Amino acid sequence: MSKYLIDKFLYTVDRDPDLVERYRSEPAELVTWWEAARANTVLNCITGESSTWLRFTDDERQALIAHDHVRLFELGAHPFLTLTLFIAMFERDNKEPLEYQKAFGARLAHFDLPYPDIAT
Amino acid sequence: MASIVAVIASTHHPFYYKASTATGEDRPPFADEWERKILAFRETLTRANPDVLVMVGSDHFHQLWLDNMPQFLVGKAPFYDANWYNEEREFGLPRMLLKGQEDLSAHILRNGLDEGFDLAFSNELRIDHSITCPIITLRPEADLPIVPIYTNIFAPPLPQPSRFVKLGETIRQIVEQWPSHLRVAIIGTGHLSLELGGPRQFGPHGPDPEFDRKAVEWIATGDLDSCLREVSLDSLHSPGNATHGFMDFMLMMGVAGAGAKADYVDTLDLFHTMEAYFTWYPNGSSALGGAR
Repeated sequence: MSKYLIDKFLYTVDRDPDLVERYRSEPAELVTWWEAARANTVLNCITGESSTWLRFTDDERQALIAHDHVRLFELGAHPFLTLTLFIAMFERDNKEPLEYQKAFGARLAHFDLPYPDIAT
Repeated sequence: MASIVAVIASTHHPFYYKASTATGEDRPPFADEWERKILAFRETLTRANPDVLVMVGSDHFHQLWLDNMPQFLVGKAPFYDANWYNEEREFGLPRMLLKGQEDLSAHILRNGLDEGFDLAFSNELRIDHSITCPIITLRPEADLPIVPIYTNIFAPPLPQPSRFVKLGETIRQIVEQWPSHLRVAIIGTGHLSLELGGPRQFGPHGPDPEFDRKAVEWIATGDLDSCLREVSLDSLHSPGNATHGFMDFMLMMGVAGAGAKADYVDTLDLFHTMEAYFTWYPNGSSALGGAR
């Protein structure tokens, strides 16, 4: 269980326009590349000082590749990060204002309080 | 000593900029009323004629990240660039550049540390919409130097609500002891009930109108006793999963002082969340002098 790493993925992809597009169009390629090349990068450090121990569980990797934001919510990914990145990828397909945002919420309708813990 | 000429607490709705600048078919039906309310709210700052703005907000995972997460952070820099790529992308917010007031930053850091708050600091801080939204609504000229103060309402574990109140009280004391002739406004933004990324998001109103009603009453009347009795880190999950941003309103209640009734109160029931605007004049509105 690596909520921190899921959040790190969402955070680092969301802030890079090229990665947002790659994640939208080629999620398996992007997630695989990111885990190999970026998961262990300490954001404020040079490459030679990367971490050595971070990897996704199979479940987490699969949820990210499938763009499965419901499963990410269930796994305790930070909902603000998920929402922001998924809006960036899919709001452009809206036919009416807030269509994607409302559908995103509706797909989570089966969750009651307390929601999955997001503490990392 | 410096004088605190206004204390202002507000929601920070990132869609205001886009809504208020939209024209024709792009202009949403609620934009005119929203803009009228913002212009009236802006006047409550303008008439206080401030020289410096202390701006309390919360970084939304922009510069502050989980590898190195401060609870309370004070910016100390001569300038602050502002707004981020994902805020331009989603909200259409413009890039901005704000001046810093480093003397007041240093004063708050030194005295905050001495008063029991182990404040983090940043000498190179790019600020986000929690601070630029109130600049856009209240001082769109963006011409006054600022001291940004960030709180963690976002990445648990969070400080207790009472800690936010105490920090607000401490900021007020520290600013009042700043050896300066300048006029300071302290402005903070947070949320009422709010859900982001959960099943209750983007409804026709905020996710918990009853919480919003009570919250507005607590803030408007300075009822810190009731607020602290009812609000806990656990209880804030219930009105909406992003409602911990209400603790920045509690911080501002601490700045205004227990029992301090707001001199100006306004709200706007929007889709997604309720907007709320409060202004206090610590020296009384009659002390504002010729600035009106």
